[in-house]
Amino acid sequence: MGVCEQNMIGVAAGFARMGKIPFTSTFGVFASRRVCDQVSMLIAYPHLNVKVVGAYSGIVSGNNGATHQANEDVAIMRVMPGMVVIDPADEIEMAQAVKAIVEYNGPVYLRLTRDEWPLVSPPNYQFRIGKACIVREGKDVTLIGSGMMVSQCMEAAKILAQEGIESKVINMSTMKPIDVEIIIKVAKETKAIVTSENHNIIGGLGSAVAEVIGENYPVVMKRVGIKDIFGECGTNEELLDKYRISPKHIVKAVREVIKKRH
Amino acid sequence: MSISEDKIKQLKEMAKSVRRNLLKAIYEGKMGHPGGSLSATDILVYLYFSKLQIFPEDPSRKDREIFILSKGHAASALYAVLAARGFFSKDLLKIFGKINSSLQVHPDMTKVPGVEISTGALGMGLSVCVGMALASRMDGSKSRVYVLIGDGEMQSGQVWEASICAPHYKLDNLVAILDYNKIQLLGPVSQIMGIEPVAEKWKARGWEVIEIDGHNMSEIDEALEKTEEVKGKPSIIIAHTIKGKGVSFMENTARWHGGAPTEEEVKRALEELKD
Ligand SMILES: Cc1ncc(C[n+]2csc(CCOP(=O)(O)OP(=O)(O)O)c2C)c(N)n1
Repeated sequence: MGVCEQNMIGVAAGFARMGKIPFTSTFGVFASRRVCDQVSMLIAYPHLNVKVVGAYSGIVSGNNGATHQANEDVAIMRVMPGMVVIDPADEIEMAQAVKAIVEYNGPVYLRLTRDEWPLVSPPNYQFRIGKACIVREGKDVTLIGSGMMVSQCMEAAKILAQEGIESKVINMSTMKPIDVEIIIKVAKETKAIVTSENHNIIGGLGSAVAEVIGENYPVVMKRVGIKDIFGECGTNEELLDKYRISPKHIVKAVREVIKKRH
Repeated sequence: MSISEDKIKQLKEMAKSVRRNLLKAIYEGKMGHPGGSLSATDILVYLYFSKLQIFPEDPSRKDREIFILSKGHAASALYAVLAARGFFSKDLLKIFGKINSSLQVHPDMTKVPGVEISTGALGMGLSVCVGMALASRMDGSKSRVYVLIGDGEMQSGQVWEASICAPHYKLDNLVAILDYNKIQLLGPVSQIMGIEPVAEKWKARGWEVIEIDGHNMSEIDEALEKTEEVKGKPSIIIAHTIKGKGVSFMENTARWHGGAPTEEEVKRALEELKD
């Protein structure tokens, strides 16, 4: 379709109105920021069956720098009424999510990365829209992540286990509609939550979880994410470190919430 | 007055050196966009060494002329030219695309002297130039505003909005240059989303259209001189170029749109660009 993202969204809406199931594909920044109004008015508002796919999400965007880092796509998509927002944790879940959204009739934003991240899905895992998955059991604290950050949470959980802190890790791949039930359940069980997202800490997973626990069962929580600043070039590893969303930073956040809880 | 043989020779040598430097920068940074940087090099070298009224020691001086790289992914070419023109040290090119670097893969005006606006999301530069050209006119300035856009970029809707805006305001102080290398990220423009007939489209929108070989310094010179005589409308120079120009294995292919050469490849490329 060329460098014509706004047109692409309009074309997709046309396909959907004619009964097809269009998938649009571009970088996450262009799938969200650039076509915000087209997605809102032509897909969300008429509730059309279009699957908007943004590849390169968050800070890890092939060393292209700030212009290609989609750190606000989840926030943009989450506020559009009726939009489903999915950020799969690994390739197993991604393949299942694609099938699931084809079967689901309505607008979806699917957030992808283009690099390889460790697998976290348990054997026989079955993805369902709106259902979070517990990928690690633990009683001391709950780590909630989405997308590639779930594997970072798993890394953090390993480090914490060496200190005797057992973390429950939740893969919140559907950020909207969010799994309210599981959030309340883990809030009650561990009384401390750390969210981790490859996204601005404003408007994404951390906000979504805070909305749920704030209204239902307030417990201490901390959001690991990009601190409301634009990113830059660098390797994935360097960026996760500099923008403080690496396992090390999740561990630090866990220590803080545990301290606060007592 | 046409450009002298000597000057052309100088500019050509400078272009070679810029090509070498941008490839080294991309190699060091392990990321960049060689194809579209090499296709734009001759135009940038001409602008910065033979046209623009600019002041490296005072980059924001009020009476400067403006160049905007709307196809921001060609940043490596812009940086190599800015460094050669004295805006910053050539040594800086070593940190292109690295963490904590001022030289981002797409230019950031808050980090680099001489960069007039941050670009990287395509299609936006021409609109900014309209604003600058209007502001310049408001100030009674004689300074002109130049912008380079890509042919893939030309598909973008905002370019078309700006293309009716500039003639509407009769901006004869604005010159757009189309880097018409016929290839975009994934392949030929004509296959992905054709833009022909290009000249007719701009003409119909009220632009003065000049077509040239974008690697021929005297044609670039003649075209830019000509735009200064145009009154009451903006000009666009359709510069036919070769993506990857100057490095045989990078020419005319989408393969070298983005990415960095290996050590062996960069050696081969530098060999071809020897003095
Ligand atoms: C709005 C937008 N969409 C997509 C991209 C990704 N992108 C970067 S360069 C490029 C190809 C552009 O082609 P062209 O303008 O012809 O550049 P050139 O061949 O001169 O390098 C694309 C699609 C982008 N930077 N901005």
